[in-house]
Amino acid sequence: MSVTEAPITDQEQVPDLPVGGAFKSLVRLTEIDTRMLGMFGLLLVIWVGFHFLSGGTFLTPRNMWNLTVQTSVVAIMATGMVLVIVSRNIDLSVGSMLGFVGMFVALLQAEWLPQLVGFDQWYTWIIALAAGLLLGALLGLLQGTVVAFLAVPSFIVTLGGLLVWRGLAWLLASGRTVAPMDRTFQLLGGGARGTVGGTISWVIAAVACVAIVILLASRRRTRLKFGFRARPLWADVALAAAGCGVVLFAVWFLNRNYMPEGLAMAHAEANGLEWPPEGLNIPFGVANPVLIAIGTAILMTFITTRRRFGRYVFGIGGNPEAAALAGIKTKRTIVMTFMLMGTLVGLAASVQVARLNSATSGLGTLQELYTIAAAVIGGTSLAGGVGSIFGAVLGALVMQSLQSGMVFVGIQTALQDVVIGAVLVLAVAADVLYRRRQAT
Amino acid sequence: MTSDSNGTPLVEMRDMNVSFGGVHAVENVSIDLRPGEVLGLVGGNGAGKSTLIKTLSGAQHPDSGAILVNGEPVTITNPRDAKAYGIETIYQTLALAENIDAPGNMFLGRELTTSLGNLDDSAMEDATRRIMARLNPKFENFKTPVASLSGGQRQSVAIARAVHFNARILIMDEPTAALGPAETEQVRQLIRQLKREDIGIILISHDIHDVFDLADRISVMLTGRLVGTVNKDDVTIDEVLGMIIIGKLPGELTTSELADLHG
Repeated sequence: MSVTEAPITDQEQVPDLPVGGAFKSLVRLTEIDTRMLGMFGLLLVIWVGFHFLSGGTFLTPRNMWNLTVQTSVVAIMATGMVLVIVSRNIDLSVGSMLGFVGMFVALLQAEWLPQLVGFDQWYTWIIALAAGLLLGALLGLLQGTVVAFLAVPSFIVTLGGLLVWRGLAWLLASGRTVAPMDRTFQLLGGGARGTVGGTISWVIAAVACVAIVILLASRRRTRLKFGFRARPLWADVALAAAGCGVVLFAVWFLNRNYMPEGLAMAHAEANGLEWPPEGLNIPFGVANPVLIAIGTAILMTFITTRRRFGRYVFGIGGNPEAAALAGIKTKRTIVMTFMLMGTLVGLAASVQVARLNSATSGLGTLQELYTIAAAVIGGTSLAGGVGSIFGAVLGALVMQSLQSGMVFVGIQTALQDVVIGAVLVLAVAADVLYRRRQAT
Repeated sequence: MTSDSNGTPLVEMRDMNVSFGGVHAVENVSIDLRPGEVLGLVGGNGAGKSTLIKTLSGAQHPDSGAILVNGEPVTITNPRDAKAYGIETIYQTLALAENIDAPGNMFLGRELTTSLGNLDDSAMEDATRRIMARLNPKFENFKTPVASLSGGQRQSVAIARAVHFNARILIMDEPTAALGPAETEQVRQLIRQLKREDIGIILISHDIHDVFDLADRISVMLTGRLVGTVNKDDVTIDEVLGMIIIGKLPGELTTSELADLHG
């Protein structure tokens, strides 16, 4: 081997391995984000790994169904955290805020409203949910205003919030456990009644598939209209097929989580179905909190990528000075990110309280760390300017899969924390390396 | 717009003052700019050039002074105001959001939207492609964050942004500082072209040769004050250097001082 050769560059001299080359050109043509592919891969490794470790009980419809429900709360908050972090801020208060808002929402429907109008009015859940969203938005507005207009670092403001909101959650209920929730409100949290059923799950899947096709087609049409380079047709078709395939498979799999016999019998009776001697497999369908989380993620993706507000948040994260010189109202934009975050905390708090059917003063403890970890594992850079909603949701799923999986295989709590912490650091380290390689 | 090219200046800044905690960064400076004119603004580091033009671009509040656009007094309190008067600025730092692509940067703060208020990325990319075909035909990276572009390409984006919105007054702060010879020549040609379109340009530069090549008049600042404004054709480079370094107008320079400038 000669050592006298001049240094060579990748593109010119080193031939790509056939497989690697094909993969690269596939990625280039389909414009797939390789980081997202990596996240899917990681998720698959975790799932399959725990499936074997647990003796084949992890990748079951029932467990996956539970996993989706458990992921929703952190996923909802992580979508907001992405924007906060992208704008070069952080919100450490979301766990405590969830506790405070959750306690408020719980007291409102379990004690305050019933004193005025009695229990289980049809509108109780609407008032409670609206109050939760509003209170969250207000707390976010307060924190955001201090960050943006008083120029106090968000780390400090929300660290203060972490203490203040937790303390207020205690003071609100004097440390009591507040229960039960309104019967309709409980549906927000899933549970046996809080699902949409098998048929509607399929309808939603079909609508999602149509939406995927329409989105890809309209994007293709616009690009061709302007004479830009569009993906090759086969790539668009393959993407549509893959997207629809994932959706349909997920719903098919989750729909195999059937009601236990007693519940199924009651359900059959209520719906006038005949009960055959061999029993009926009645699917729960996708749980409400999962639909809420998916809806939130879609809405947040829309806000982030298709609206001026989202563009401004990324502009500020990329270069705050440039954003201000471009005429963006940077302070107002920052306040809005915190308000949005607070509103999502209100939503997450409502889901959490509904799911547990109670509120305690410790509600949401440490959730800020899981939320931030989900965003960061999902590719949001703490340096600001980079992040995606979809990545954060995948990040939340990764975190929850790890946690549930470890519970499944009987790892003690202390060791779980060790693993989760280590995975977080490793994930970010891998991300930093990935970016460095991309940059060169 | 050409009718009063010899009459009312495009911009007049009168007795501008800016101080930072007792330090006068800009002290009683008055300059003016006419249509189709390049005004060179020169001076050493800390002379107050950038601070002065920042009051015009809306990035800095003056303590006192008046700004007139087309003879009308105006109030410029932020960059949006300046842009509304057709004043565009290309900053030395380029002021680009590194994580956003070229069309996103070009329209930052002034995005094109569909009738529903959604970002119209295709229309923005189309407009960017059109203007780049004029400014820098080799530019092709419309989808990558500007962080991955070369210095010249980034400069193209910053210039495109200023030119696209029908600027009448263009402020260029060290437009060629980060560029290679070929790209510098490109910027020079662009300045000549904009001049022909009757746009007024304030050119801030360390490169005295740049200024001499492009400017019609030259304003010199030293420690926050205006030394004077001269017609380029009436002075030599040495005399302008004398203004920059010693702060004396051409007639006031002694021969020994002139000799020192070459020492």
